[in-house]
Amino acid sequence: MVSSVPLTRAGAFFLAAFSLALGSAASRAETTKPADPKPVKEEGGRYYDVDGAPTYNIKPDGQVDWLTYSGYRRYHAECHVCHGPDGMGSTYAPALAESLKTMNFDQFSEVVVGGRQNLGAGNDRVMPSFGLNKNVMCYLDDLYVYLRARSDDALGRVRPAKRDDKSKEITDAEKACLGE
Amino acid sequence: MRRLLVLTATAAATAFFGAPASANDSVLKLTQDPNQWVLQTGDYANTRHSKLKQITTDNVNKLQVSWTFSTGVLRGHEGSPLVVGDIMYVHTPFPNIVYALDLNNEGKIIWKYEPKQDPTVIPVMCCDTVNRGLAYADGKVFLHQADTKVVALDAKTGKVAWSVVNGDPKKGETNTATVMPVKDKVLVGISGGEFGVQCHVTAYDINTGKQAWRAYSVGPDSQILFDEKTTALGKPVGKDSSLATWQGDQWKTGGGCTWGWYSYDPQLNLIYYGSGNPSTWNPKQRPGDNKWSMTIFARDADTGVAKWVYQMTPHDQWDFDGINEMILADQQIGGQTRPTLVHFDRNGFGYTLDRKTGELLVAEKFDPAVNWATKVDMDKNSPTYGRPLVVDKYSTEKNGEDVNTTGICPAALGTKDQQPAAFSPDTGLFYVPTNHVCMDYEPFRVSYTPGQPYVGATLSMFPAPGSHGGMGNFIAWDAKQGKIVWSNPEQFSVWSGALSTAGGVVFYGTLEGYLKAVDAKTGKELYKFKTPSGIIGNVMTYTHKGKQYVAVLSGVGGWAGIGLAAGLTDPNAGLGAVGGYAALSNYTALGGQLTVFAIPQ
Repeated sequence: MVSSVPLTRAGAFFLAAFSLALGSAASRAETTKPADPKPVKEEGGRYYDVDGAPTYNIKPDGQVDWLTYSGYRRYHAECHVCHGPDGMGSTYAPALAESLKTMNFDQFSEVVVGGRQNLGAGNDRVMPSFGLNKNVMCYLDDLYVYLRARSDDALGRVRPAKRDDKSKEITDAEKACLGE
Repeated sequence: MRRLLVLTATAAATAFFGAPASANDSVLKLTQDPNQWVLQTGDYANTRHSKLKQITTDNVNKLQVSWTFSTGVLRGHEGSPLVVGDIMYVHTPFPNIVYALDLNNEGKIIWKYEPKQDPTVIPVMCCDTVNRGLAYADGKVFLHQADTKVVALDAKTGKVAWSVVNGDPKKGETNTATVMPVKDKVLVGISGGEFGVQCHVTAYDINTGKQAWRAYSVGPDSQILFDEKTTALGKPVGKDSSLATWQGDQWKTGGGCTWGWYSYDPQLNLIYYGSGNPSTWNPKQRPGDNKWSMTIFARDADTGVAKWVYQMTPHDQWDFDGINEMILADQQIGGQTRPTLVHFDRNGFGYTLDRKTGELLVAEKFDPAVNWATKVDMDKNSPTYGRPLVVDKYSTEKNGEDVNTTGICPAALGTKDQQPAAFSPDTGLFYVPTNHVCMDYEPFRVSYTPGQPYVGATLSMFPAPGSHGGMGNFIAWDAKQGKIVWSNPEQFSVWSGALSTAGGVVFYGTLEGYLKAVDAKTGKELYKFKTPSGIIGNVMTYTHKGKQYVAVLSGVGGWAGIGLAAGLTDPNAGLGAVGGYAALSNYTALGGQLTVFAIPQ
């Protein structure tokens, strides 16, 4: 098990698509604004908000938690070829730094696991299902936490300069997930 | 099959002396007629040079838009239209529509072909759903769809003559490239380097679509079609030259994709192309030279057997795909005329080789910002002859996993990507659209899942520091000396293919959407016009009823559409060179349009 992620694919294909228009932050009512990003719980180097969703913990001197740093790295390997650097979007995929302002962890997870399609108008857009991709699924919390920090402007368009060390719990969970 | 091969080979040999026409004649003849444009590359030599000269350095400033056509698709438009006789053929990105337009009737649509493709192929196509266009031969128009289906369409009616499936998108195999008809075959490549595909070039019978041969880039000799005569830098490569440079069976997910351009020398009967990056992007995970990724191939056009190879970037650590075009031009080097091949690689070196023997003649940086290697070793007695001398500081292999190697120039998109250069036999110069972008690169361990991205590195890109602040240059290159003759700075990467003309004018497009015309001798800008969307297509020219036209597709996207949409980095980050960081979205938006220019009567 990766985390609290519901790994079911049911329902993901029926999620109503947001507006994927370039540069548009608009989203429809089907998505839910996440709770206050302030962490209320820490567990082995992971932080959680009041709803139990993963969140970032950035200290006043800019030092980020491990997951935010790890999410930065994973995002710029797996996601940026479509969603652009720093979650800023491209000519063919939405800016996640905007999308996540109105998308909670469960909704984010369902799209990543199940993918989504928005076809027509001469601009077919398709997000693949990453449900079977360990390079993504083992880092779902990391990706969410990083993008959440970007969407809140808690982290700028930069590589985090300082970070917490990787905890033993996170290392063990990663190994278990990757099957190493 | 064997009998057919022998027959056509004989026919080709006799055709040269005026005997009855063989299948390849239509392409050879049509590419010699400057009034038409039947291959994406203009000709088999990939010169992108036209003998047309009604438009000159003196009158190009009078150019005006003659007519336009909307493709109905809003994604990145690469490649260019074709003109065969009185018909123009226009292609689009996914869903890969083909239009036949009647030039005698104000561009009226004669027929339209729209394939049905599973949209799940879209996200498998790393970096937008571009397609680099059609090719014409023997009364047929050839389309290679995103989902790897190769389709032969009757040029007059648009009816499907045959089709064949070249790969499986569920395994990460897709297509963005054009095809090249050679003699009685059509050559096609495949994409999937970021999905661990073992890539190949395949030849299909031009009349039936039956597979004639397939040559992989990596693997055992029986798959890569190497024999005892195959050489690298003048020496036989020996048995299983690829397998020896991979750990275990990693070659099976080894990449070496073939999504670039193809050229052909009818005299030598050789085809030329380059292979892409080894998978994954994490070099630590695949020890060895990873042959023959990042390699220039010369193969027999009939059998596919490799005559010679040259690996430009052994054990890639930066994603410097070697797929850019090979331009064939005879040039005076060292007091004698050499049959040369000129190639501007992603890695920032401009290579000149003898295309008959594979001898390396020149290898020099075509952007002074290139820093990952000091030079290519040209000493024939050196143990590292022909290899780039890599700078430790910029080696992601040396610095290792989980270390961010900073300030590497060029970035992964290369000093030049697929956007093809042009060669003018009049000036002897090459006209090269380039990127002026650098990167930080951090490799890390990844696991392989079939059909899923297999990347293994974090990238961030930025305009070349300490330069003009822009992200591109348009340069003129002397491939005999390996020197830049002139260089025009551009705010954004130049992602459009160049066109050279006998009128002394060179054309190219920009990401803001300008079609530009410059003087071939000096680079002086003579004309520009802003089209409706950014240009990543290639400029072409043709005549109709005796008048010269210039045409280009607009439609921003492709890899250029990543990051450039919002700007590569934060404009407020204080990294200097303010102008270069501006977002492309301040200049242009999505579109899909053909613009055709002419000088009014």
